[in-house]
Amino acid sequence: MKRVLVIDDEPLARMVVLEYLQDFKDQIEVLQECNDGFEGLKAIQQYQPDLIFLDVQMPKINGFEMLELVDNPPAVIFTTAFDEYAIKAFEAHATDYLLKPFNKERFHKAVEKFLAQAPATTQPAKHTDALLEAASQSPGQHERIVVKTGTKVKIIPVSDVEYLEADDDYVSVHTPEGSFLKNKTMGFFEQTLDPSQFVRVHRSFIIKIQNITRIDPYEKDAHIAILKSGAKIPVSKTGYAKLKQVLGI
Amino acid sequence: MAASTHTIFSKIRIAFFCGGLVWAALLTYVVHSFGFTWYIAFIDGCACTLLLGGACWLINNNLRYYQPGKGSYINIFIWCLALTAAATFGSRWALPYLVNNTIYVNFLAQSLTIRFFTNFLAIGWMALFSMIWYSQQEQKENEKRKAEAEKLARDAELYNLRQQLQPHFLFNSLNSINALIGFKPDEARKMIHQLSDFLRGTLKKDDQQLVPLTEELAHLQLYLDIEKVRFGHRLQTEISCDERCGEAKLPAMLLQPIVENAIKFGLYDTTDSVTVSIRAEMEDSYLALMVQNPYDPKTAKPRKGTGFGLSGVQRRLYLLFARTDLIETYADDNIFTTIIKVPQI
Repeated sequence: MKRVLVIDDEPLARMVVLEYLQDFKDQIEVLQECNDGFEGLKAIQQYQPDLIFLDVQMPKINGFEMLELVDNPPAVIFTTAFDEYAIKAFEAHATDYLLKPFNKERFHKAVEKFLAQAPATTQPAKHTDALLEAASQSPGQHERIVVKTGTKVKIIPVSDVEYLEADDDYVSVHTPEGSFLKNKTMGFFEQTLDPSQFVRVHRSFIIKIQNITRIDPYEKDAHIAILKSGAKIPVSKTGYAKLKQVLGI
Repeated sequence: MAASTHTIFSKIRIAFFCGGLVWAALLTYVVHSFGFTWYIAFIDGCACTLLLGGACWLINNNLRYYQPGKGSYINIFIWCLALTAAATFGSRWALPYLVNNTIYVNFLAQSLTIRFFTNFLAIGWMALFSMIWYSQQEQKENEKRKAEAEKLARDAELYNLRQQLQPHFLFNSLNSINALIGFKPDEARKMIHQLSDFLRGTLKKDDQQLVPLTEELAHLQLYLDIEKVRFGHRLQTEISCDERCGEAKLPAMLLQPIVENAIKFGLYDTTDSVTVSIRAEMEDSYLALMVQNPYDPKTAKPRKGTGFGLSGVQRRLYLLFARTDLIETYADDNIFTTIIKVPQI
């Protein structure tokens, strides 16, 4: 028996999935319906389901952002109406995706695909990474960073970010309210954040240009940037060149 | 662009200056070969070249701002003749003051004809060159402008089409209908009718057309009813309208994007149930429309200016009434307010 969650903010959309799932009564058990990403996250942690049906556009955090916060994501079948950015990307990585409105035959195909690949109960991690990589292309990524602190989900608007610092396998996001860890790489942030606002000034640091109050020379070839908050950030030789280019000096 | 034209013009200046130097040197050499001292020849060369240069500069500048139409080439010819005469007789008048030598003054008088023709040739060349050059520049500019205008028109058309289709809304509505068909066929049928009425209303409306508020609100109501089916109890709406407003006119589909924006912001920025309120009042000779929705100031920084959906409305109001002060937005606490004023003519 496979255990399944249905996560969608539109009640009627969940209803369609539930109705179609009736045909798999013997193989699939629906654990819960979730109204949004927060509920989804909680239910996933609680039940560790085998499969989730996930809508992309949902309140506060979208489906991709929710997935990023899950430690061991289950198999995913996306259900979405129209997503110009993501369709191509998750075509390759999700178990399947269903474009609303979808018919029964298409739905059956998706579920059977999942059942066929399910025997190895745990999904290979590589698969999940690729999915998350695809998720990072979603539009919300440029505006906010979603992190988990303990059991709570914190949404940081990009405008609140002061600087980012590499921290082992994580990146520490520094804001006026404190710093938060995110399981991403510096390269990821360098690519997704607006390059006219954020510059990678050092292997381990990305700073927001607006926050710089001063740049002082420091030893040979190196500089040090002093931020509004008083933080001192090392600037490498190549980092300094990038800064100069963006600032136009 | 500005920088590149600047460099082009400074290149022309340098070429012009070099040409003048060469001309002066040649003239000096020719006069010297008639047996005058280098000093006299030099004075002659410099003075004549200065005058000729001035004439060339005048004709060039003239043609830069004025492109002769067909048939007015005779004007250019007359201009060239006049400038040649001025340059030649200028030198005839000025040089005897600079060089006090009777033989030279005689020579000057005798060589007047040949000087006139060489000057005329030089100025004529300059005119021809300027004419071609500037007409080419203008053509390039025109082509660029035309391409830009075409691109703008194409973008606008595409945007309009996409707005009309609203794929997200359409597909999600169809999905809801799909769900209803199974267990509430009557409601499914009702929603199909609402959706088709709404789409028909969208298609037949022309951007320029003014419609009564009651009509716009009725159309909006269709949209809101569909959204309510989609989002269930999460979405509530309040519409209030003064009696006097019913007949007030506004551009068709003006409120639609604002309400869409309010719903989008409200529904996707909070997880609670959401009330979107729409209020219409008469203020002097304006129809004032206020749309309010909740939002979360912590996560949704109201975008700079008026936001994406609203910029189109602002643009339309500007095109129709030539005013930019007809739309205002406020964000206080957890409520985002948009107010538009439509002048009643």
